[in-house]
Amino acid sequence: MSAIDALRNEYDVAVIGAGPAGLAAASVAARAGLATVLLDEQGTPGGQIYRSITTTPLQSRAVLGADYWAGSPLVDELRASGAEYVPGATVWSLSREREIGVSIGGAARLIAARRVIIATGALERPFPIPGWTLPGVMTAGAAQIMLKSSGMTAGGRVILAGCGPLLWLLAWQYVNAGAKIAALLDTTSSANRRAALPHALSFLTSPYLLKGLRLLREVRRAVPVISNVIALKAEGEGRLRGVTYRTERGGDRMEPCDALLLHQGVVPNVNLAMSVEIEHRWDDVQLCWSPVLDGDFASSVEGIAIAGDGAGIAGAGAARERGRIAGFAAVRALRPEAAAQHVSAESAARQALAREQRGRAFLDLLYRPAPQFRQPSGDTIVCRCEEVTAQQIVDTVALGCTGPNQMKSFLRSGMGPCQGRLCGLTVTELIAQARGVSPQEVGYYRLRPPVKPITLGELAHLPKTEAAVKAVVRS
Amino acid sequence: MTRRAPDVIVIGGGLHGCSTALHLARRGIRALVIEKDHVGRHASGVNAGGVRRLGRHFAEIPLSVASMEIWHSIRDLVDDDCGFESHGQIKVAENEAEFETLRRRVEDVRALGFDHEELIDARELCELVPAISTHCIGAIVCRSDGAALPYRTTLAFKRKAEALGAEVIEGECVTKVARTGPIWRVMTQTGTYEAPIIVNAAGGWADRIAAQLGEQVPLQTIALMLMITAPMAPFIKPVMGATGRPLSFKQFPNGTVLIGGGYTGKAERDHNHTTLDFAKLALSARTVWDLFPVMRGAEIVRCWAGLEGRMPDDIPVIGPSATHENAYHAFGFSAHGFQLGPIVGAILAELIATGATNLPIAPFRIDRFRV
Repeated sequence: MSAIDALRNEYDVAVIGAGPAGLAAASVAARAGLATVLLDEQGTPGGQIYRSITTTPLQSRAVLGADYWAGSPLVDELRASGAEYVPGATVWSLSREREIGVSIGGAARLIAARRVIIATGALERPFPIPGWTLPGVMTAGAAQIMLKSSGMTAGGRVILAGCGPLLWLLAWQYVNAGAKIAALLDTTSSANRRAALPHALSFLTSPYLLKGLRLLREVRRAVPVISNVIALKAEGEGRLRGVTYRTERGGDRMEPCDALLLHQGVVPNVNLAMSVEIEHRWDDVQLCWSPVLDGDFASSVEGIAIAGDGAGIAGAGAARERGRIAGFAAVRALRPEAAAQHVSAESAARQALAREQRGRAFLDLLYRPAPQFRQPSGDTIVCRCEEVTAQQIVDTVALGCTGPNQMKSFLRSGMGPCQGRLCGLTVTELIAQARGVSPQEVGYYRLRPPVKPITLGELAHLPKTEAAVKAVVRS
Repeated sequence: MTRRAPDVIVIGGGLHGCSTALHLARRGIRALVIEKDHVGRHASGVNAGGVRRLGRHFAEIPLSVASMEIWHSIRDLVDDDCGFESHGQIKVAENEAEFETLRRRVEDVRALGFDHEELIDARELCELVPAISTHCIGAIVCRSDGAALPYRTTLAFKRKAEALGAEVIEGECVTKVARTGPIWRVMTQTGTYEAPIIVNAAGGWADRIAAQLGEQVPLQTIALMLMITAPMAPFIKPVMGATGRPLSFKQFPNGTVLIGGGYTGKAERDHNHTTLDFAKLALSARTVWDLFPVMRGAEIVRCWAGLEGRMPDDIPVIGPSATHENAYHAFGFSAHGFQLGPIVGAILAELIATGATNLPIAPFRIDRFRV
């Protein structure tokens, strides 16, 4: 029997995404006796943060670091829990009635769940600088995937640019792996350092502090770091040749390079959640959309919770605890008789979550990307799928397209295969800037399933359901 | 700020409303369009974009043919080509019975005095559409039909209407329509507007406006589903339809392929809401699987649905109110109103300006639904 046929028609709990939140949520639910399925797009568990943890060729623990290997117990926990773990499963739709469209190995099916926990994590914020679409430019996250899954580093002269913990973590892992980094262009502004300072005290108690400081020190020892970078441009015709940058002191400088790794933080991956019309709000500090959730991470849609960084960026440790809490809430709802024995474990998870989230405001303010790196201008590409430029967006606002959906209808921005993942935030912010209103007022793309592409063949051979009635309307 | 009172209030900022405002403006009549969301938000902006005479209900053929004349010089009207391309529309027969249906159809259309629909055999079909499955045995072709970009078109009509003096208000929902003497008072949640004439072009919500004029119509709001693929190498120029099952199929210049054809999802018009029905989209995918083998590995990247008004007899309501003077209707286009947009606006403007039109609109009168 193929993997797709082996799925049941209905589960108590379906968890989507096998990062720290999904692993923890599925383990909790399954251990309590709920029929639990963990659907994950990757071939192995771990999500992005613990990607390839069961298969990575980098077995020396020193390269990827202790925080990476902290994922191992979560995978062990899952395996012992009795949850049905399904790798290679792409979830392409979710309805308000919790019907899930899933594809495995080229075959698709609709299954149902009484509770759904979305744990689809975060994705990297778009970094639309001039030339960012040139071959040779990639995100730090993509470089990290290569490193974790196949032990490979980018070749030639490598430059990292941007801000945020992941950029520094990648630099550190590259150094550990013996790769040479020609420069790290740090776009953290001096204004951010001042803004974050009042929150430094709470960060002093964060579990990230000591690890973070050590990591920064080790990177600075091995890599030339250029601070206060306020402008970036990837240079080259058809292929990256170098990067031109300017610091707060002024004066453009060009550094030749073969690989430019960009990163300016991560934002919740909202596509699945928004496609089922879960309420989201614009977060003015993290500069992204975040779902509106209660203390159990339940969303505005009955029976659907969001755990992990998809609930707002807080890191792997917080994701794990959020997953547990969402799992406990599912147990309370579906098997109240089993819930009593979890009271102390749940309270421990809530305490651990509070600890993990300490000092978050400091990081959020320090690494808040500067406006010029979020709101490009001129002929810098915004939508890569349809090659729409910043100027086109601004001009189209002037034509009367006042929101992302009119923009999509007019310019096709956001209509390509990435479904807005690479342009959505930029489009919202550009429209907000052009109209002089808040991103909350401008809104976001109306997202529709499939949230991940499926083939026509998969859809054509979807097993028939009772709802498949004859059509009556001609077009 | 006091605004000059308009001559006509058009309720609904879809293509038909904007086209009416534009054609009125060309006659020196000032229209105010009131749209509850934004212009082109529903059926007008998100439909499949077919510009088609092929397969029209017989009553619609004269209007459709007249509209096609406008489409072929659309830039002269709205200063924008609307993305209109004319590579023909084709409706295929998959078996002998279907081919016979098509053959009789072409005869009937000719008997009415129109020759835009032509019957072709398998050989010519294969020449026009090399990608078609070999089981297809013939087709009807309308060689100068085509397709356009719906949202771009609707926006172009709006902008040209505004340039000629029309006014468009977006984000205000008409809650009440009443008459005081010769003046219509149109109320929204935030304001009241007055004009001697009103036009109901409220699409999937038009029955509510009609009801306020004392005209009950059995309009059903439907959610027509569409899907689009990732770009593919160019393989087809005409817009394709089928005879025995619903299909609307075309490839855009950028390589993406649009698949529609009339399968409906769930419509909740009070919430501007549609829900996709994947079981029915699967039927649509199955049709394409059968007809275009090249599409079997195509990646579907997006599906959507738009809200549209449908009448039980599948033809629209166009013309004066049966209960009130100086009130007009244009709605219920039943999933094929896009191509008619340019001419319907012209008809309404003519009716308003002169009291009559040369085009045969009697079949579309609103009182055909009286019990």
